Amino acid sequence: MRARRLYLLGGIGLILTGMFFGDIFAVFTLHQNAAQVGANLAAAANAALSGNRHAVLANFQNVGAFLENRGTKVDTHVHMIDFGYLALLLAILQPWVAFREDSKKRIAWIFLLGAWLLPVGVYLIHYIGLAHSPLKAIGWASIAADFGGLLVLLATLACLLGLWMQFRGGRASSADNLLTDRSTEGRMLFAGGIALVLLGFFHGAYYAAADLYKHEAQDYSLLAQMSAAAAAGARVVVNDALTGYGQLQGAKAVNIAAHAHSVEFGLLAIMLAFFQPYVSLRATWKRRWAGVLLLGSLLLPVCVLLEVKYGLVAGGIADFAGLLIIFALLAMWIGILRYTGELDASARFMSESGVPQ
Amino acid sequence: MSGSRRLLIVGGIALAVWGMSYGLWYAAFAEHQALDTIGTSLAGSFAAAADRNPALMETSLQEYREAKYIYDRQVDVHGHWIGLAMLLIVLGIGFDRVNFSERLKLFLALGLLVGSVVFPLGVLLQTISHGPLPRAIAIAGSGFVIVALLGSALGVASGGFPRAAAR
Repeated sequence: MRARRLYLLGGIGLILTGMFFGDIFAVFTLHQNAAQVGANLAAAANAALSGNRHAVLANFQNVGAFLENRGTKVDTHVHMIDFGYLALLLAILQPWVAFREDSKKRIAWIFLLGAWLLPVGVYLIHYIGLAHSPLKAIGWASIAADFGGLLVLLATLACLLGLWMQFRGGRASSADNLLTDRSTEGRMLFAGGIALVLLGFFHGAYYAAADLYKHEAQDYSLLAQMSAAAAAGARVVVNDALTGYGQLQGAKAVNIAAHAHSVEFGLLAIMLAFFQPYVSLRATWKRRWAGVLLLGSLLLPVCVLLEVKYGLVAGGIADFAGLLIIFALLAMWIGILRYTGELDASARFMSESGVPQ
Repeated sequence: MSGSRRLLIVGGIALAVWGMSYGLWYAAFAEHQALDTIGTSLAGSFAAAADRNPALMETSLQEYREAKYIYDRQVDVHGHWIGLAMLLIVLGIGFDRVNFSERLKLFLALGLLVGSVVFPLGVLLQTISHGPLPRAIAIAGSGFVIVALLGSALGVASGGFPRAAAR
């Protein structure tokens, strides 16, 4: 298997696993975890209200554990998908990397090893903690994750070096049919992807200008209100502040998620536009799957944003949109596998029949 | 390969390497300590409330606010540098679909690259200074990226969208 195919299949595999993991996490862990964080924060505030210092610290320890659990799972999801994107990018760039094919394959394996090691390591941080660690603040899972990151970094650096050598030497690369393709599904994905990225940018800029600093100030003022009211014994104020704090965290989370998902799905659509010649499916099905991917990519961030107002209904539609993207991506991945299978079969046929390759 | 594509691809990969190096450094040497400070200071403020000690409560909350402010931005910087780097590379690969003159494309590519470097840099500078300058740098950087991306989208759209039958 050539380096490009390694990156391509490995990259889509990483994205699919990351998305599937994200969907499972959103349905079975995210909301339950947020409820636990809220409950423990409320218990800490009530403990402060009754002057019980030990209960305060115990409840905050629980909050920390739940937040670490949530944070490491979000990081696993994000890094897996982002490394998948990077793998797709490196797949496209392979013809311009001025190394021998076996060196490029070795670099691809190093990249993929690191790209799996980092998210798996991050996932395990919550479960392994600091057990048997030689360091004070960093456990073995973190060390493995950091090593994975280093491998990805080195592989990417090697690709950059290869590109640099290509450009410096002024060597011409062979014609690449991936970049000259102008099929309808390719254009749909390219144009739709840019529109999604722009939508995400506009939303991010609006959020930064209108809400970000307001939310940061509210975060502090609600916590200050909570602790001051607890010290003064004002239970009603503590409860009001707790409710406000929960709503604020929800508002922040949906805005950030909508922004990030819109931009990331836009990038994914643009990258998949380049690989459409590799998708060995009928043209009508290629267009359908491109449409499904774009529909899911638009629906998911919009419904995530609507979760604050419409609650679980919007959340359910967002999860369904995530599934649409996963199905479309899976269909394209199968199409690419069929294409690579055809290539392998024709290569085997040529070698068996003595035709030089 | 045209100059604009080369600028986007090489600049994008360099920015991705830079963003990853920053993330690696941050994860190994700063993140755990930052999370520790955030957790300890917030718990400390509520413990001080339980002890009816308003002065310590206020100090701990201020410490939490500052640590959280810095942590949020450092994580944002890592994510945005790498995210924007990927956008640069992707656009660089497909930049021949932008139907403008090479001169204008080079201008757009330069805008995208400068914006992608400067926008997270402005956010990072906010951890050093709370004044208006870092915020202005971040706004200018994001403005560059949005305007250049809009220009690129216009360039793609000006090529027309084919009907299925025209393939």
